Amino acid sequence: MLTVDRERIEGAEGPMGVTPSLDFDSVRLVEVSRHFGRRRAVSRVSIEARRGDLLGLLGPNGAGKSTLIGVLATLVQPTSGEVRYGGHFARELGPPLRRQIGLLAHELHLYTELSARQNLTFFSKMYGLDPRSTVEPALERAGLADRADDDVAGFSRGMRQRLALERALLHTPRLVLFDEPFTGLDDNAVGLVSARLRRLAADGAIVVLATHDLDLAEGLVTRVAVVQS
Amino acid sequence: MRKLFAPLLVLTAVMFAYAPVVIANTRYESTMFLVQKIFYFHFASWMAWAAAIGVCGIASAVYLFRADPRGDRLAVAGAELAILFGAFGLVTGSLWGRKAWGVWWQWDARLTMALMAELIFVGYLLVRKYGGPGAEKLAAGMGIFGAATTPFIYKSVDWWRTIHPQTSVVRNLGETAPDMYGAMLFCTVAFLLLFASLLTVRVHLESRRAELDRLYLALEDQP
Amino acid sequence: MSFATTAFLVLKKDFTIEVKSGEILYTTLFFAVSCVLIFAIAFVREGQPVEGAGAGILWIAVLFAGNLALGRTFERERYGETVRALLLTPAPRAAIYVGKLLGIVALLVAAECLLVPMVAFLFDAPLFARPLLLAAILGLGTVGFASVGTLFAAMLVRSRTRDVMLPILLYPITVPVIIAGVLGTSALLQSPADEPVALLWIWLLVSFDVVFVTLALWTFEPLMTE
Repeated sequence: MLTVDRERIEGAEGPMGVTPSLDFDSVRLVEVSRHFGRRRAVSRVSIEARRGDLLGLLGPNGAGKSTLIGVLATLVQPTSGEVRYGGHFARELGPPLRRQIGLLAHELHLYTELSARQNLTFFSKMYGLDPRSTVEPALERAGLADRADDDVAGFSRGMRQRLALERALLHTPRLVLFDEPFTGLDDNAVGLVSARLRRLAADGAIVVLATHDLDLAEGLVTRVAVVQS
Repeated sequence: MRKLFAPLLVLTAVMFAYAPVVIANTRYESTMFLVQKIFYFHFASWMAWAAAIGVCGIASAVYLFRADPRGDRLAVAGAELAILFGAFGLVTGSLWGRKAWGVWWQWDARLTMALMAELIFVGYLLVRKYGGPGAEKLAAGMGIFGAATTPFIYKSVDWWRTIHPQTSVVRNLGETAPDMYGAMLFCTVAFLLLFASLLTVRVHLESRRAELDRLYLALEDQP
Repeated sequence: MSFATTAFLVLKKDFTIEVKSGEILYTTLFFAVSCVLIFAIAFVREGQPVEGAGAGILWIAVLFAGNLALGRTFERERYGETVRALLLTPAPRAAIYVGKLLGIVALLVAAECLLVPMVAFLFDAPLFARPLLLAAILGLGTVGFASVGTLFAAMLVRSRTRDVMLPILLYPITVPVIIAGVLGTSALLQSPADEPVALLWIWLLVSFDVVFVTLALWTFEPLMTE
């Protein structure tokens, strides 16, 4: 299903005059550090993930997993070290790179005052996509088709999480970043999200999953990087 | 820079030592008498203040766009010196005002504005201290905007009816009283040199601090 | 994504939320009105307003309310970290700033539409004698204040002490706006209105706006990168 989405979206890019597309097969952090004076958030981390990988970023809370996810998402600037997307450096890219990144963080990146449909429509337009062809399928996948016009404020944690996941994947990014996506989910929802992650990786995305939950990660990830505090 | 620092310091000291002589040799001003002599240091400290603000603004922009930590060190040194020379200017200005206008604090536009500019750089230090992790960047924004707003603050003086001596006084001084003009220039150079020395010391201290942090982290990394 | 489309989308999104909840508009208006009434206590003697108090009261109410509105608007973007979601989209980041700025300006203009008649009525101030000049001073002053305010509120989103930091940073930097606004409005309140002086302050506001909007557009991207 995802491959189909990608084709359709790339077809839609041309006439709308979206930023030129950019693609990459791997993401590499080389000796990345992030310090605040003597306090270190991340110290000399090197990892690499390729297409089809489901890389688990494991470690206790406060070990700097979120900072690493932020660095990969280009939201956080490392103090030293470099980040490569295929053959490119993060700082030479900008919009075309952000077009290929999807982030689902612990905070859900949703406007609770808006309905599920309004949230998806807004972000779909911000990504230069056509909401008529992206919003309905996303609502279907989230299992929220019948609640589409309800405010997110009234949703349960599980519903919000599913919506947030679809919001983060609206533009079928090449690099998918998850920061503790299982918090507050019941077993059923965990299963759904896990299945979605596997499918993303199988369809050629680079998936990075940061979590402190070793049990959940165990059966899911294909490669592991352990971050120590 | 280290090689130049000792001569710089010596030159600054010599100029400050000689400054009283230069000032004493100027004529007495007809209405202000002795108090007028404050003017030489007053004007000079505002020149150093302006230089400090310029350094802070430009260094902040360098830090923001190049992510060069040296820019940040220079900016914080500039901000602190802007506060120092600004305070000096305010005190000397207040002393002047006591004699000229009969009150310590007159709501004269330029004094008020100088106080406002002073607040900007105190704000800069506050955001550094209490802004949490990554506050250097927030402070850099403050530095750029603070430096940019200062000319506006300065300009609004000329438009607000003011009792402060107009800026043209300085320009006319060259023709009417060359000895006063010379003393003023002498003191300005002395203050700018003092500014340069203090800036160097402050930046050096900040680099040492960064080096210490780096060593501390390296030590932690030892197995 | 073009610049204008992005700015418009962000503005429209904020507008949709505000139409639904009305929270920021109503609290801002209520706060601005309270400000005016509190100043009335200080500046009304024996039933008569102190002469020339109107301009100052009007501007203080606008700027205080502006600070509140800025804080609330970005609190909304902080909750759920939607500000990060906005920054992650491929849209030009400066356009996001413009969208937020237009929202703040619209909100403050709405507040001014209520405050101007109110101050004119309560303080017997001839605010409508030169409507175009007054609109120019208020509009330009609002843009100047909001341009710095939007940038600072946006970058303070990630600071723990944002509530107290915003006014500390914002008011000293926007002092030229405050002075030009208050003195320009006072010039209009004189009888007869002192138009050349008002125009002088309008000129200062125009140059302030140009410099600070440019600076904000230029620094928004690096300032928002953590």
